[in-house]
Order: sequence, then C-alpha cells, then structure tokens
Amino acid sequence: MSVVLFEEFALPEADRREVLRYMGCKESDNETEALIDRAIEVSKDAFCGKVCFCELPLSVSDGQIRLGTVRTESKNLLKNLDGCESVILFGATVGIEIDRLIMRYGKVSPSLAVCLQALGAERIEALCDIFCADMARKQGLLGKRLRPRFSPGYGDFPLDTQKEIFAILGCDRRIGLTLNDSLIMSPTKSVTAIIGIY
Amino acid sequence: MKILDFIKNNLLILDGGMGTLLQSHGLAAGELPERWNLTHPEVIQKIHRDYYNSGSNVVSTNTFGANLLKFSREELEDIVRSAVENARIAKETSDSGKERFIALDIGPSGKLLKPYGDFDFEDAVSLFAETVKLGVKYGVDFIFIETMNDSYETKAALLAAKENCDLPVFVSNAYGSDGRLMTGASPAAMVAMLEGMGADAIGANCSLGPSQLAPVVEELLKYASVPVLLKPNAGLPEIKDGKTVYDITPEEFAKEVAMLVGKGVRICGGCCGTTPDYIRALAISNPNIPARSEKKNDTLVSSYTHALNFADAPILIGERINPTGKKRFKQALRDHDIDYILKEGLDQEAAGAHILDVNVGLPEIDESETIKEVVCALQAVCNLPLQIDTADPVAMEAALRRYNGKAMINSVNGKAESMRAVFPLVKKYGGVVVALTLDENGIPDSVDGRLEIAKKILAVAKEYGIDKKDIIFDTLTLTVSAEPTAALVTLGALRRIREELGANTVLGVSNVSFGLPARDVLNSAFFVSALENGLSAAIMNPYSAEMMKAYYSFRALHGLDENCSDYVALAARLSGNETVSSSAASSADNGAESLKETIIKGRCDKARELTVAMLGDTPALDIVKEHIIPALDVVGKGFEEHTVYLPGLLMSAEAAKAAFEPISEALAASKAEGAERLTVVMATVKGDIHDIGKNIVCLLLENYGFRVIDLGRDVAPEVVVEAALRYKAEIVGLSALMTTTVPSMEKTVAMLHDKIPFCKVIVGGAVLTEEYANMIDADKYAADAMEAVRYAEAVEAGLK
Repeated sequence: MSVVLFEEFALPEADRREVLRYMGCKESDNETEALIDRAIEVSKDAFCGKVCFCELPLSVSDGQIRLGTVRTESKNLLKNLDGCESVILFGATVGIEIDRLIMRYGKVSPSLAVCLQALGAERIEALCDIFCADMARKQGLLGKRLRPRFSPGYGDFPLDTQKEIFAILGCDRRIGLTLNDSLIMSPTKSVTAIIGIY
Repeated sequence: MKILDFIKNNLLILDGGMGTLLQSHGLAAGELPERWNLTHPEVIQKIHRDYYNSGSNVVSTNTFGANLLKFSREELEDIVRSAVENARIAKETSDSGKERFIALDIGPSGKLLKPYGDFDFEDAVSLFAETVKLGVKYGVDFIFIETMNDSYETKAALLAAKENCDLPVFVSNAYGSDGRLMTGASPAAMVAMLEGMGADAIGANCSLGPSQLAPVVEELLKYASVPVLLKPNAGLPEIKDGKTVYDITPEEFAKEVAMLVGKGVRICGGCCGTTPDYIRALAISNPNIPARSEKKNDTLVSSYTHALNFADAPILIGERINPTGKKRFKQALRDHDIDYILKEGLDQEAAGAHILDVNVGLPEIDESETIKEVVCALQAVCNLPLQIDTADPVAMEAALRRYNGKAMINSVNGKAESMRAVFPLVKKYGGVVVALTLDENGIPDSVDGRLEIAKKILAVAKEYGIDKKDIIFDTLTLTVSAEPTAALVTLGALRRIREELGANTVLGVSNVSFGLPARDVLNSAFFVSALENGLSAAIMNPYSAEMMKAYYSFRALHGLDENCSDYVALAARLSGNETVSSSAASSADNGAESLKETIIKGRCDKARELTVAMLGDTPALDIVKEHIIPALDVVGKGFEEHTVYLPGLLMSAEAAKAAFEPISEALAASKAEGAERLTVVMATVKGDIHDIGKNIVCLLLENYGFRVIDLGRDVAPEVVVEAALRYKAEIVGLSALMTTTVPSMEKTVAMLHDKIPFCKVIVGGAVLTEEYANMIDADKYAADAMEAVRYAEAVEAGLK
C-alpha cells in the first residue's frame, strides 16, 4: 500500500542568475538588478515550499507503464525509467501568494510582474531540487539511486496523466494544489513529476 | 434530542479518521473511497459502528468527495443514499449508550475558485448544493463542512448548506503550520466570515496534530461566540519500516486535546491517522464539562487574509472609489476600465487606508453587474476589507454574495423600508453595516433625535437576529457653513451613542467643509474632534496629508502607536516627498536629452516629474514627438536586435506610460487631441489563467497610442466577439500559454472571423508557433510584444 506523505521545505536564497535566465536576459544592468531586488523584497513572505509524495511500484507491459493505479504510455518516460522497479511520485508548490503578487503587479508594473514570474519559476525549481536531493539522500541509505525528475508534458509523456497523479497524491487537500479543466495547475508555480528509483 | 440542544450542556465527541482505515481494508491509491459505500457497505458500517462504540456522538458519512465533479448525478445519489444508510445502520446496531448523530460530510471540491483557479463561485455553490440536498433527502442530523483550505470555497459550501436546508451547519478548516489557510486566511478572518453567515460551530481539522493546532484553536476561541470544534490528525505522519505511522499515541492525543477542551473547545474528534482507539481515549479523558457562555463583542470585518478589529484603533476607510464629482472616474466606469478602479484601490492602500469603500453607482451603467465585477477584481489584487457602498439592494446583494470575507455595508437607515431591504442581507451574508441616524422624518437637528433613531435601528436589527456589534452608527456630518451648530450636534450624538449604547461609530468627515476654502484644514480639525468624541472609523481621503497627519498624531497621543513608530514613518514620508519634487525641478533644467534618457533607463517617477516640468514651456505634442517616441524607438529596436531584454523593454514602457499621464491631462485640457489610432481588444482565452504576456502586449500597444480594451483572462469566445463589436475593434489579440487551451483559441478565432470578417486576429503565447497560428486560421502570429505593435501599425497603414 502506497502512502502519501507531506513535507514543508525551507527555501534557500534566490539564485539571481537563474532569475535573469527565466526573464530571458543574457546580461544584466543596474536597472535590472534593482528590479530583481524589488521582486525579492515584495515577495519576501510569499513563498512556502510544500511537497506531497509517495513511492509506487513500476511495471511495464506492451509499452504501457503502470505506476500503482496510474497507466500511461510514453517512450521518453520509459527510457527515463529504464532499469527502475519503483518510482517516487510527487507534487510540489511554492503557494498561491506569488500568483497574487504577479496579478497585482501586472496591473501596476508589468516589468515587476515579469520579474516575479521569473523569481517564482526559480523558487519552484529550487524547491524541487531540495526535495530531490533529500530523496536521493534517503534512497542512498538503502543503496538506491534516483533518475532525473520527469514531468507530464515533457516529450511524449501525456499531460492528461496529471488527472491520475492528482487523484493519487490528493494534492488539493495536502498542499493546496489543484488542476483545472485545461490541465493547468493552480497555484501556477507548481510541479508534479516522477523520479525513477534504481 | 437535537444536536444544538445536546451541545448546550455536553462536550460533543466526533469520530476519527476514515481514509486510513479504508486503506487498511484494501482501498487502493487513487481509488474513490465514496464508491465503497456501495461496494463494501459492511466495511463502512463497521468503521462507523466502531466509532459509536468507542464513544463518538457523531459519525460523518463517507461522502468527503461526493460531488458532481467526481460522480454522475445518478451515481452521486446512490452514493449519498447508501452512505447515509450505512451510518444509520451503524447507529442502530451500536451498543453505545450515548446520544448518537449523523453528519453529512462535505469536503473540498478539489478545484480552486476564480480568480486563481477556473472554478466559478456560483458553480461551487451549485456543486455543494446538490450534495446537501441529497443528504437532507436521506436524513442526516447536520451538515459538516470540513478540511476546507480556501476561505472562498468555504463560503460557497456554507452558502449552499444555508440555502438548501434548515439543519445546523458545522464548518471546519485545514490550517497550515503558519496558522493560515492555503489561500491565506487567518483564524480570526474565518470566524468573522463564518459566524457572520450563521455557521453553528467553527473549527480546525486535519493537517496537523493537536499541539501544533493549539495557536489556531486559541485564536478561534478568542473571537468565536459559537462553539469551537477541533478534529486534528494523530500528530505528523512518518514512514517506519515501510508503513506510515503517526507520531502520537491515543493517550498523548487525548491529553493534548483535553488541554484545548480545558481552554474552551466544545466539539472534538480526530482526523487522519486517528482510529477508534484514539476516540476511546478522547472520550474517557474528557468527561462532560459544564457549558460556558462565551459571547464575544468584537466588531470584525475581514478580507480573504485577515480580520480588522474595531477595538484595536480607529479605522480609515478610503473614499476614492466613487464617481461622485469625479469626471475621470465616471469615464472609467462608462469605458469599463476596471484597471483604473483597481489602481485607485492600490494607491489608497499604499497611502494607508485600512478598508476601501466601493461605490460604482452611475445612472447609465448596470450597477449590480459592475459592483460585482469590481469587488472580485479588487479582491484578486488587494487584501484590504471592502465596504460595499450602494443604495440599490440588488447591487448590494450581488456584491455581498461574491465578497470573500465579512464586508462593511454602506448603508442602512432608520426608515422602515431601508431596514426591510438591508437587514435580511446582513443576516444572510454577514457584514458590519453602517446605520445612518435618519428616518422618514429626515435628519433630526438634535442630539436626542439622532440617539432615538439609533435606538430604533438597534431594536429592529435585533428582531432580525443582528447583534449590536455588527451595527456602526453614522451620526451624519453636515456642512458648518450652512448651519453653525451642525458639527456640534454630530459630535454630541456620536459621543452619546458611544457612551450610552456602547456601539461603534463612523463619519464621512469631508462633508463638514463644503463651500469653504482650505477644506483639508477644517476636515482634519473636525476629524480629531470626532476621534476625541469616540469615533471608531472615518470615511476619508487617504491622499490628504492633513488628514493623515491628524490621524497619526491622534494615535501617538492616545498610546495607540508603540514608540510613535508609525508617526515617525509618516514624518519621513512627508519630508521625502518634498525633497523629491524639488530635485525633479532642478534636473528638468538639463533639457531634452534627460527625458529621453530617463525613459530609456526606465525610471517612472523621474519621467513623470520631468514631463510635468517640461510642460511649463514645451507643447505637449512636441514632448511626445521629440522625446517619448524616440526613446521608445531606441528601446524597441534594441529589443528586436536582442541588445535590450524584456525587463528593460517593460521598464521603459512603464516610464513612457508615466510620462504620458501628465501629457494626456494637458491634451485633454487644451482639447488638442492627437491622431486617433486603432482599437485593439485583448484577451487570454477561456480556460487559460496566464496573463503576463497579454499584459505586456497591452502596455506596449498603449505606449504606441493604440486604444486598448483589456478583457482579462479566461475569457469566453462570445465575450471576445461581443466586446470587439461593441468597441468597434479593428484588431483582436489573443493569448494562450498551454497546448490544452489552444482549442479554445481556435474556437475564438473562428467565431471572430464568422461574425466580424474585417477584424484582424493576432495570436501569441508560449506554446504557439507560426505553424500553429496558421492552422487555427489567425491573421498574424506575433512572437513577442514588439511584433504585435509592428503588425498593428501595418494594419493601420493598410487602412489609410
């Protein structure tokens, strides 16, 4: 029986180079640095890293991948999970407050909204990195290693697998993460993914 | 015995976890537990019976996720019927000697409501209503709304319950380790909203163990007059030897809950990880305790994040969202320029307002639709509580229904007709209502007369079940230039209402100075007098420095400002402003080069100041032609050549916009309009909630002088078509971020081409490509905002 766990993670300081990269900037100047400072300042209490996750057995037959009750077909995922017998399925979010800030500053200052958007992207990736490192450490104790995380929508991994992933993880009540009819996640700065264990 | 009678004299014991027990009976991950009511009724009945036998007074039906999003109408009815039946059989076959009740369990929908999700508030109300109606049909004792982690969805569920049955409703929320709901509400904010709407018990469940929830429970106990409920997890889960274990034992659990029962919790049980053993321990360690009367008298209003307590300090209600006497604001309402109104809200927040008054009444617009839209739009970007200000009960109800929190309501008065229209709304939706001391005979010119009306209003409110704490009296500010003793009567009535009736008071202070010069001086003096006479809140202009000086001075003098820190901050702000304007004047001397440079560098404030200074001796259109447009060209070209990046482009665009503001005022004053450019309707398509890209395109198009109508995000095809027709748009711009919303874009394009063949459609967004755009028959794919601007210019050139 797979059990879904929930954990909160403290986030490290923002990586400004990543924020720049998400804004599409190849270089920076004083004005852009000041913009990043402002984004960090207005969002200082906005982020709260939450993850829910479970371990599921993996089986493959006739190209169909089965992870607990999840069934999906994807050559790219299959390749990623090659040699694995189980996976970690997780949902992660940095919370709704950043969406509020993006919407608010979208009205007042689109440049700041763009920067907050980039900062939010950097924050959720940072959260996923911390979580994966933590899982890698724990699995390492059992003599296991982890594959890079793989999300619905990557390559040919169908986006509508999200529905089953949400059903298993109970993301809405555990971490406040929901899926709309267009398969868009709210809060928007969120990730679901599969990590192969080998 | 009825449940509400039972809890008057007894501690009510709820049941424990269901999900974890079902899993131990073989429920698979991802399987819907509600189906087990039909497929495994004996398992469900046993779990319920075990809870009754271990001491629960209540079991909750296995209907946590039973709603029409997950099940067909037919299956939903089967599930609710069998779930209630399973609970009933357990109740009848239990050998417990205790009073036993059945609760219809309602959990969250799993969807996030608009504006951050795609689920409409009214759809959520209808969804919960269906489940409530079925529960009532098959016979439960009360409705238990639980594990809600969003205040707005909680409101939808409670409203659905209240509108579809007369049963008691208990409401419980899932608070995080930060003591707030996922979407930000504090326990006090939840008490304000839920008690205002008539919840019979309010509480916290799930997410954490009893000791971690203690601060939340203590805050609930501090503000709630209704019984407080606690249904925590068995501590926190961890994996031991491949199994989940919760980190506290039944005995520890019972002890921790007993601590909080000692502090006033009246209803308790367990959530995830708790079993009949936990409930047995709970029932033993919590013998019946005498009931306590715990009525609270705090006057609270709330938003979706926090509650404001009128007892803490006098409250400032910003009056600027109001068309009265404001030409520009009226125009914004007629043009449906919601962003203008939002900006007015955000500016007042920045100026220090605690609550925003919202009045959008104009004879030629649909007030009910507009106030609803403005309230929702404000609550998407600003977390201040709102004051719904309208004379139309239909508009008042539309706004109160959609309001996320407990609003202020402006206003009711002593006329029978007014009370008959307004009080039922206050009772249904909750709220703190401003009561004007006037009636059918007008405004009494004596203190006694106004006091008498106040007493009458309180008596009638009581008949509707509305408490004194939710009425705030306005003793009416009249003009001293017309009636020399006007202010004295107002202040006298204020003091006596405060002292004799113990009620809160509010005044719209600005009226006092009508017809006199230097109005701010008189207003602020009157404001201080009113505060000294016990004024609880003022409806005022937060941009007025004199008023803010008076307010912060009063707070400092009355021990309401620790270390005078707010006063010191105000002083710094005031002196800061003076230096800024003087430096702007001197740098304006540097002439032409500096405005262009300033815009290129993206410095908004400086661009505005320089423009104002230049307008003294330079024609407005020359500034545009010689400074603003060249600056935009430099940055726009740089962006196209990849030497300027998106943030730089936007910062310049914002600086240009700031420079345009004084210019358009100057142009409007001299009536010399620039050449009219095309109209562009912009929208993010239905189903998509991303709008940054669209906002960027809007900003740049505006910069280049196009008339932009921004419809926002998640916009249905027919709404886009309707707007394009109404505003006679030559171009429509559509944005979509996800592959899943491209079909919605395709539908919108098709409908536009069908209904308005001459209208050009530009599309853009992260997943779109030229190829995709061709496939869905768009006229133009724009990879970035500059490309959209260039295309709009080309369309315009083609039409000339």
